[in-house]
Amino acid sequence: MNANVPEIRISHAQIQHEQEPPQGQRPAKDSAIRQYLLARGNSAIADRGFSWLMLLCALSIFGIVVLIAAELVQRSHLAWSSFGFEFFFSRFINPVTGRPNYWDPVNGHFSALPFVYGTLVSSFLALLLAVPLAIGVAVFLTEMCPRVLRGPLAFLTELLAAIPSVIYGLWAMFILVPLLREHVNPPLIRGLGWTGFFASDNPTGLGFVAAGVILAIMILPIISSLTREVMTAVPQSQREAVLALGATRWEMIRMGVLRNARIGIVGAIILGLGRALGETMAVTMVIGNAPEIRRSLLSNGSTMASVIANEFAEASSDLHLSALIEIALALFIVTIIVNALAQLLVWAVTRGAPARVN
Amino acid sequence: MGVGIEVSNLNAWYATNHSLQDINLNIPGNHATALIGPSGCGKSTFVRCLNRMHETNPIARVTGTVRIGDLDIYEDCTPVEIRRRVGMVFQRPNPFPTMSIYDNVCAGLKLNGYTHRQALDEIVEKSLKNSALWDEVKDELKKKSGASLSGGQQQRLCIARALAVDPEVLLMDEPASALDPVSTAKIEDLIFQLKSQYTIVIVTHNMQQAARVAENTGFFLNGRMVEFDSTHKIFTNPSDKRTEDYITGRFG
Amino acid sequence: MNQGEHKLRSKFRTVADGAATGLAVLSTVLVVTPLVAIFVYLIYRGASSLSFSFFTQIPKPEGEPGGGMANAIVGSGVLLAISSAIGIPIGIGGGIYLAEYGRGTRLANTVRFTADVLNGIPSIVMGLAIYSLIVFRQHHFSAFSGGVALGIMMIPTVTRTTEEMLLMVPQAVREAALALGVPNWRSVISITVKTASPGIITGCMLAFARVAGETAPLIFTAFGNSNWSLNPNQAISALPLQIYIYAISPYDDLHRLAWAGALVLIVLIVAAVSLVRYVTSRGVLKGAS
Repeated sequence: MNANVPEIRISHAQIQHEQEPPQGQRPAKDSAIRQYLLARGNSAIADRGFSWLMLLCALSIFGIVVLIAAELVQRSHLAWSSFGFEFFFSRFINPVTGRPNYWDPVNGHFSALPFVYGTLVSSFLALLLAVPLAIGVAVFLTEMCPRVLRGPLAFLTELLAAIPSVIYGLWAMFILVPLLREHVNPPLIRGLGWTGFFASDNPTGLGFVAAGVILAIMILPIISSLTREVMTAVPQSQREAVLALGATRWEMIRMGVLRNARIGIVGAIILGLGRALGETMAVTMVIGNAPEIRRSLLSNGSTMASVIANEFAEASSDLHLSALIEIALALFIVTIIVNALAQLLVWAVTRGAPARVN
Repeated sequence: MGVGIEVSNLNAWYATNHSLQDINLNIPGNHATALIGPSGCGKSTFVRCLNRMHETNPIARVTGTVRIGDLDIYEDCTPVEIRRRVGMVFQRPNPFPTMSIYDNVCAGLKLNGYTHRQALDEIVEKSLKNSALWDEVKDELKKKSGASLSGGQQQRLCIARALAVDPEVLLMDEPASALDPVSTAKIEDLIFQLKSQYTIVIVTHNMQQAARVAENTGFFLNGRMVEFDSTHKIFTNPSDKRTEDYITGRFG
Repeated sequence: MNQGEHKLRSKFRTVADGAATGLAVLSTVLVVTPLVAIFVYLIYRGASSLSFSFFTQIPKPEGEPGGGMANAIVGSGVLLAISSAIGIPIGIGGGIYLAEYGRGTRLANTVRFTADVLNGIPSIVMGLAIYSLIVFRQHHFSAFSGGVALGIMMIPTVTRTTEEMLLMVPQAVREAALALGVPNWRSVISITVKTASPGIITGCMLAFARVAGETAPLIFTAFGNSNWSLNPNQAISALPLQIYIYAISPYDDLHRLAWAGALVLIVLIVAAVSLVRYVTSRGVLKGAS
């Protein structure tokens, strides 16, 4: 074949096959380095050992969760066998006063209903206050904020998330509660007292409203930063498509961004709920710690987390202790479910490692 | 001195993708051998089978024999052991970003436990001279990080790093494809000088490069080796029509 | 729609747009306000109680003026040392597994999910579980049990950040090490982890800052101690725990100490968070890509 190849200048001539050393014999001129490395060995054992060690660390995470569950189940067994499932919704009526008496360490009957009620009410109140504000902040920071301000403001919201619970509680006790007592509760009583939700029989300023407000402040950064993440994950093309139809900026946000991100936003809200359910220190410092169920949001109450913190040190009997631990077990299960649901929703929108929210 | 490579019935799969089919060839020692072929023909996969780097991909599978010198690299030793004898230079320069130039060059030694200070100094100097980088960096060996060099310098650093462990074979996977023409020329000169000490296998897209530096050339197509012969013959009088079509630019 | 209706509708849309913007700005202001308020009050109430004796003395018996929270600060240090010794190695090991050995496997996904579960467990439940596991069996409170509780809480954060940072190391760097015949374990530690180390350290600091402020798990484990104590087997004081105990006490003096302690705590945490932000914003992997 005569190939029509362009002129390629070849700078050397023929092949010279060198005499290869006879098989099985290493050339005597192996350098010191080569000898060292050849004698080195293959570290197969070290490799395997190391990978097992890393696996062990990873598996220990399972072990820890299982251990926690096991301990809670074991220690709550006494209460569980005494009261069964009714622990969470039974109502004892005190024969003398005719009023319900849920949590009676002295007489040894325990019902967790007031704490379930308190947890639900305070969390719901917190969500009511936090969600609109969190979404508002997220919208502002993602879509409206001038670029210069974005960094510092985002940093400030992160800072809110970093403040420890006990410091929120301290501030709430000494600043927020008097504020509510003097300036917020009286108007609420005057204006909305007719609904029955704002009675005037608790002038301390403590209670569900105080707990709801401080909880709202605490869960706000979580909802907001997660909402920001899902909003940023909405592709720019969606925004542009809506704008091209002649929408105002708000309409673009509503139809192009929020609508696409709504699953993730729901996930963010649920994550905030999960945090609110388990929040202890700030709540226990302002909720008044009364194991009662009252219609008034201004009355003292108690949550599942706050009663544990409050009563554990003075738990009088084994049954009392076991009842408190059963409440902890319920909290454990509920928060796992709620958090798992939230992660699922957020993951569905961001399609990858779920947001690191701490 | 370099040793020859003998490949028999090599087949490679990535999961169900049969990327190398029945490769048989003998690469002579102390020569430079070029592997050419269109994108995706398997030349990179082949070269990675020679130092068992394809095993870093969990879905990769190989059958067949590869003998380097007197050693069956799949039966007689572990991947770690063979990689100390067969060095590799990658397409994109990849110096270790947290290490200085000095530490980069002797990384293969230090990480394998070799710590004789004086010997390391000598080895670093020798390797950098062999890779034509010594004069440019000799004053800043320990102060400058490996990543702060230019692209061409980084690639020569990677070559020095590979040479420092004194391998018998040097595999180069398109070493100059990410570089500018001046750096490319420098590296080609390097290969020309190095092949008297090592066996070099160089994968290249650039046929002129193959012609300039290699005594032998192998042409890969669709996972098979179509032709392997002296570079002169491949480029002036190839035996297979497919080879001729490729080098005349009809495809690829 | 006729001309008039069109104009009206378009006016409405403009007003709606303006209202939305206004509400968004208002929300931001309402969110930033409590933050500023908290810091202002902390400085206002806390700074006046800060003195040399605050940092050097232990609390006086109830009702007596003076005293400090020195033992609480030291106690927090002891607890954080124990918790870091537990949480950081296990967390980094878990992260290494997720990024280097189990990447993409179902086991790794389950581990990651479980780490998130662990992260979401209320801290008081965690404290109770450790109480049951250690304190109940030993019949006494201890710094060790407090350290274990806090250490476990550090693990998810450390694991996740370590994994993220390791995944950012380019594959080319790993291949370069392996191609030199470096054993896999050595490559992981000396090359991959080392390249990602600024980010990994950042993750550890983040976890550290978070548990430094935790109170609830310490109520039933470390329990608190009004004296000096360095013994890991004894009850120990901690700054956030002491703040809580003082805050709910009836004495004004102790309230002042609580504010001072809160100021110290918040300064430390803000410093840690700011440092973390600074390190991450400067680019964690200089020159790696």
